[in-house]
Amino acid sequence: MPDVQVLVNDFINKLRKRKIEGSQATSRQTAELLRSVISQTRVPYTNQAGALIDAVRAVGEQLIAANPVELAVGNIVRRVLHIIREEDLSLATAAVAGLGLSSVSDDEDDSERDNHPVLSAAVVAAAARSTLRPPSLQTLLEDVPDSGAVPHTSSSGGDSEGKSKSADKSSRSRKLKHDVIEALNELIQDITTCHELIAEQAVEHIHQNEVILTLGSSRTVLEFLCAAKEKKRSFRVFVAEGAPRYQGHLLAKDLVTRGLQTTLITDSAVFAMISRVNMVIVGAHAVMANGGVIAPVGLNMVALAAQRHAVPFVVLAGSHKLCPLYPHNPEVLLNELRSPSELLDFGEFSDCMDFGTGTASPLLHVVNPTFDYVPPKLVSLFITDTGGHNPSYVYRLIADYYSADDLVVQRRPPTAS
Amino acid sequence: MGAQKKGATRFSEDPEELARVPLQAILLADSFTTKFRPITLDRPKVLLPLVNVPMINYTLAWLESAGVEEVIVFCCAHSKQVINYLESSEWFSHPNFSVTTIESHNSISAGDALRLIYERNVIQGDFVLISGDTVSNMSLTQVLKEHKERKKKDSNAIMTMIIKRSKSSPIIHQSRLGTDELFMAIDPNTKQLLYYEDKADYSKGAICLDKLLLADNPTISLHNDKQDCYIDICSPEVLSLFTDNFDYQHLRRHFVKGLLVDDIMGYKVFTHEIHSNYAARIDNFRSYDSISKDIIQRWTYPFVPDVKFFGNSATKLERQGMYRASDIVQSRSAEIGSFTVIGNGTRIGNNAKISNSVVGEGCTIGSNVSIEGSYIWDNVIIEDGCKLMHSIVCDGVVIKSGAVLEPGVVLSFKVIIGQQFVVPPYSKVSLFQQPTKQDSDEELEYADNSSGIVENSSMADTVDKSNGQFTSELLDEECGPTYELGTGGVGYIWSICEGSHEEEWRHSIAPIPADKLAEAMQTTDDDLELLTQDGSVLPPSGELKPDSNYSDDNEDPRDVSIYFEKEVEATFLRAVHENIKEDHVILEVNSLRLSYNKLFTDCAGAIFYSLMKLALETPHSSPSELCNSTMDVITKWKKLLKSYLTDIDEQIEVIQKFEEICLESAKEFSPLFSKILFHLYDKDLIQEDAILKWDDEKKYADEADKVFVKQSEKFIQWLREAPEEDDDEEDEEE
Repeated sequence: MPDVQVLVNDFINKLRKRKIEGSQATSRQTAELLRSVISQTRVPYTNQAGALIDAVRAVGEQLIAANPVELAVGNIVRRVLHIIREEDLSLATAAVAGLGLSSVSDDEDDSERDNHPVLSAAVVAAAARSTLRPPSLQTLLEDVPDSGAVPHTSSSGGDSEGKSKSADKSSRSRKLKHDVIEALNELIQDITTCHELIAEQAVEHIHQNEVILTLGSSRTVLEFLCAAKEKKRSFRVFVAEGAPRYQGHLLAKDLVTRGLQTTLITDSAVFAMISRVNMVIVGAHAVMANGGVIAPVGLNMVALAAQRHAVPFVVLAGSHKLCPLYPHNPEVLLNELRSPSELLDFGEFSDCMDFGTGTASPLLHVVNPTFDYVPPKLVSLFITDTGGHNPSYVYRLIADYYSADDLVVQRRPPTAS
Repeated sequence: MGAQKKGATRFSEDPEELARVPLQAILLADSFTTKFRPITLDRPKVLLPLVNVPMINYTLAWLESAGVEEVIVFCCAHSKQVINYLESSEWFSHPNFSVTTIESHNSISAGDALRLIYERNVIQGDFVLISGDTVSNMSLTQVLKEHKERKKKDSNAIMTMIIKRSKSSPIIHQSRLGTDELFMAIDPNTKQLLYYEDKADYSKGAICLDKLLLADNPTISLHNDKQDCYIDICSPEVLSLFTDNFDYQHLRRHFVKGLLVDDIMGYKVFTHEIHSNYAARIDNFRSYDSISKDIIQRWTYPFVPDVKFFGNSATKLERQGMYRASDIVQSRSAEIGSFTVIGNGTRIGNNAKISNSVVGEGCTIGSNVSIEGSYIWDNVIIEDGCKLMHSIVCDGVVIKSGAVLEPGVVLSFKVIIGQQFVVPPYSKVSLFQQPTKQDSDEELEYADNSSGIVENSSMADTVDKSNGQFTSELLDEECGPTYELGTGGVGYIWSICEGSHEEEWRHSIAPIPADKLAEAMQTTDDDLELLTQDGSVLPPSGELKPDSNYSDDNEDPRDVSIYFEKEVEATFLRAVHENIKEDHVILEVNSLRLSYNKLFTDCAGAIFYSLMKLALETPHSSPSELCNSTMDVITKWKKLLKSYLTDIDEQIEVIQKFEEICLESAKEFSPLFSKILFHLYDKDLIQEDAILKWDDEKKYADEADKVFVKQSEKFIQWLREAPEEDDDEEDEEE
């Protein structure tokens, strides 16, 4: 599958060069790439899930390493791994049931399995909402033996199992891949429509004559505000410009073209204006497992101001932004320092950076971090495509979307041992 | 010219075809200079690590991200190494980005390289011309668009140069990249480059612009705060121009200046200034240092150490601009300061201090080592207690315990520095002996001998003699001169030629020493003083009116004489007002004469001029009064004047000076010419021979010049008749 390798390399290149902007685009492209990886992977008769997981993990490892700051890549890789596990599990349970009920006819078996995938795909897509199987219990009881078998099946343990069920496995060999791709399509669909799903809830949160504050630009926020506007809510928006990239200017422009009453302020004026604000609505770069938010720079200040004046601080995040990791040393490890030239003109200050004179170490340092970390206690509410959640509930959402085995994707053992 | 025209029309005819041509770039993987010697004896410059990544990768990564589809890498020096490196790297397997190499062994300049590329006929459309040591993150779309549009309108606009604002130091007239101050005249409206001078003579404090330039262009802005990024967008004509003008060698000094001067073809060069993006070229050790620091400070984002823009190892950025690779063994007591990069697999011992430095992969740094502002490449072993300041240490170097590297030291590959040895500042150490003959490469160092290598050396002298060989061959460790680099040391210290020793600090990676700065400051002040006296200080950057009158080269001697005369006059007036003894005045004037490199005749003229001026300034109501006062002054300062009028030539000079005064500066003297001349004669200041000779010389002059000769006709007549009488009188007296 050389063409997939080309695709992967191309995507890795783009990630490295920071050519893909925005977590939505990144996650969609990641999912699409993984879909083609899966469709190109040759599945052996035994242990298909293991093969798929290995393939996805190998690619995922490279993708995550290409741009460790873009957490959405890791999220999607883990989601895909989770989907594979879930599908495998549902197939296995279905097969076991099928064996018990009707091991006589292959056709019947097939038809039954035809039904199952549809059901299970839906289950996975709505994994969070699935009350069918409580996810935490599920993973604890059933996933563990399965995933434990994954690395070993090829050598010893799986063989006997494979032999005993070889006939059955071969028959459902193509099924798993098919199901996974189905589920992936749904995931991609979810990612592309997450704006609408979030925006649908706008009316519940934005009330008549309210003043909303936001910072920088986020497409989710734009859609959210516009959805409320379409529902005939009249409200005002304060937009903090979001230095140094000033994307707030673009947002203000977009809002005005959609007919919203907009006020543009500087970032430093946020504290002065916050007392007039009814709600702060912002986008996020990633939502961490503890409910903390990695967000565009400046938002921590906004969150603190909001807390000071008891203004609700609402974060909009598609489910692809939920990251199963905990933020250790968030300001450094999960941040990206961009070029200082966004802050000041190199030519103007070039004499401050003349290393030829003086101590040879520059006296002027320009630091341009991209992200802020907003601790969970400052966040009032998360609005995801599945509804509104408290920060303390985020860990639960994450347990729905990811399986605990995939938290460390870079793990060597699967490939080494 | 016919060929050019044909080319031009061909391109203007079908712009559609032009648009479909993939964007190409020519990357010169050879700088055709020797500034990085002795390091470049082992490895080509483009493969030298810049913040632990070979330089060429920055250039290629940028070209790739800027949308260039095809890169032609021109390799000359160490071409095999470059080609091998590229083949083993991932650049050859890149989709949508093809890298091809052209190898040459006899090209000695960029001009040769471009001529060869023209012969190969690989360039189809506009291309980017860049050398393999350029770091940039600019986007090319805008400049390419501008270039194409200009080309469509005016087929003579064949090149667009990328420039960037960067103030150069006013003290030492050099940019932060260690290159000389650059003067450019640009038309602010069209951005056309009108003048380019990178070797401006600051001692004069002035640059010379052609008056035509000012006459032809309504507005010109003159800049000295622009930096040439050495990134050019060229049309294919550029290559054919190089072929037509076989003597073009250097891209700037010959090609650009050639185009600017040549008005027959009418080719034009334009500039494009980048603001927020970064672009710079590594030209010498100082720019290596500056650009490394810029990269660490992330100005080149996304080409920074923690982004894997090419197959480099993963590095994590920590607080205070510290980059650390994953596999580092670091002692708990080691201190790693800010803006430091530590490569993979490096071990750092107890109490080591590292700041503002780059350490490569697989290095071993002992305990109590202090490293400041240094660049340590791969697999270097630094034993305990060493001290490194602002130096470059190449691959495989071993520095034994207690050795000290003074600022500006460059240790080339695999050198061993002995125990406790102190390497003197600015020295370059290599396993190779210094080449004793200037080979073809050195010839490329046009007019710039700062890193040139001379025939013999003072420091390495003894070594060379003891070995008795002058070849530049690798020596075995056994026969290496052990005492030159301490006990157990291996390598040769390259000597710096006398003339360039002064200049060594300019291009070194070490900060400029304070005394040099003070010295430079002094001279700058002097220059400024002179300039302000002249009243024509050049504004650093700004618009010049076309009517401003700039002096040409040939007027300069006169300017100096004016200064000299002014100085003499000032000295003389001081003498008058403060009653200084004539002897002292003579002494002072003599010293002035020496400092301005003048002749006695000039002194005589200057003193006479100041005398007359003094006389003129004493209040007078009538010519006769003036005459009297002049005579008084002359009588008073007779001795002073006399000491400079020993020769007949000097006397004639005085007469001529007097003429000049009468004609130009003080017309009041003209009716008194003959009287004062007589007085001078009377006071024995001017001999009759001088007057007669002056008269003789004037015979062939035109009428206007003869006014004073005629006026003093009687006097001369009398002189001609007098001699016998005079003699007689003398005889009688005796």
